Amino acid sequence: MTDSDILLQLDGVSMQYGRGETAITALAGVDLSVSRGELVAVMGASGSGKSTLLTVAGGLTPPTAGEVIVEGHWLSQLPARQLATLRRRSLGFVFQDFNLIPSLTALENVSLPLELDGWTSKRAHRPALDALNIVELGDRAQHFPSDLSGGQQQRVAIARAVVGGRSLILADEPTGALDSTTGELVLRMLRSRVDAGAGGILVTHDARHAAWADRIVFLRDGRIVDESRASAVTSLLSGLPA
Amino acid sequence: MSVRQSLLAILNQGPCYGYQLRAEFDRRTGSTWPLNVGQIYNTLDRLERDGLVRKADIDADGQNYVEITDAGSAEVADWLGSPVVRTMATRDELAIKLAIAVTLPGVDIAQVIQVQRTATMRTLQELTRTKNATADPESSEQLAWLLVIDSLIFAAEAEARWLDHSEHRLARARAAGLAEPLPLNTEVPKRGRPAKTAAAARA
Repeated sequence: MTDSDILLQLDGVSMQYGRGETAITALAGVDLSVSRGELVAVMGASGSGKSTLLTVAGGLTPPTAGEVIVEGHWLSQLPARQLATLRRRSLGFVFQDFNLIPSLTALENVSLPLELDGWTSKRAHRPALDALNIVELGDRAQHFPSDLSGGQQQRVAIARAVVGGRSLILADEPTGALDSTTGELVLRMLRSRVDAGAGGILVTHDARHAAWADRIVFLRDGRIVDESRASAVTSLLSGLPA
Repeated sequence: MSVRQSLLAILNQGPCYGYQLRAEFDRRTGSTWPLNVGQIYNTLDRLERDGLVRKADIDADGQNYVEITDAGSAEVADWLGSPVVRTMATRDELAIKLAIAVTLPGVDIAQVIQVQRTATMRTLQELTRTKNATADPESSEQLAWLLVIDSLIFAAEAEARWLDHSEHRLARARAAGLAEPLPLNTEVPKRGRPAKTAAAARA
């Protein structure tokens, strides 16, 4: 693996809210990297720092110590405007409650990050439609979010997260509002985007969903306390009947 | 016992010989719990003793076929129609380990839980990969195998959830000043019958 395969690197990242005796440490010296083709799940009890890790990794909040490096860029070194550009071009967020804009169609929702980046809507529609096709919703492009099921809305959100070749997907409990079968479908989509060369962080408290990741890191009190890495070849496959 | 019933259920489809029964059992359960031929013959002996199977023909290759009796078929129907009862008497190694660990001094129980959680999650990851590698079953054998994988996935998930729950319970107990180790009881139980107390004598 080369350095260019590393999409995201957290280097000794700490995050503290407040000062003095009332200060709360949300992250304490976290080292974590995500490579191309890798899905990393983050698990931990409420308050363990999972969501903070995601907002720091996504450049939404600067850490109080340590460095976040996205595709080779040190976020602390970037002026605000360049940071915003990097966020738009490299990072895609997926939230539990989808965060789609209700007055825009699925296609317009997916086009939006590109349009914010200066693309004309006409030019943005083609990659947006490509992204919708990837999540098998090309035929729903003109539907409004209210016409789509929860699972379909989350797939639109995944399309928006990867549109225009954005390579790092940051998902915070993306299956939290979905039933078990629909949640599995959404994870299958997320997994296939990662297998196609993206990278991702999946924050979840659901063990069965975290199991889709290549690596699972466990957070406790803002620290990574352990890690589970799936072995490349599983002995169980030998049981598969022809 | 499920091996006995499973073999009987397979024989209900037609006479089989020992090696054939082993192969049939394996291909219907994804070779997840392989049987040795000795177990098969022992089970067949007991089934014959109980009147549920009987010896049938010997073929040109010298294979001894066994066939099911009417009583055997009735037992198969009974097995399929009744629930599997999981008795409390089945010892759960992990539950016992945590229960004992929480009573011992100097044990970092959170670490015990985490070590187990990592192992459980690794199993769950491998099972999930295995399942995803097959996607949709293309044969009855694959369908049966996927059912077994699903069952292992849900069992691992349940274990992970139980570990999370135990961690929360422990944190709450600690906050309430509980979860202190149990010192050895100085009143060592006497061997034999408990001595009669005055209260018991009056009753």
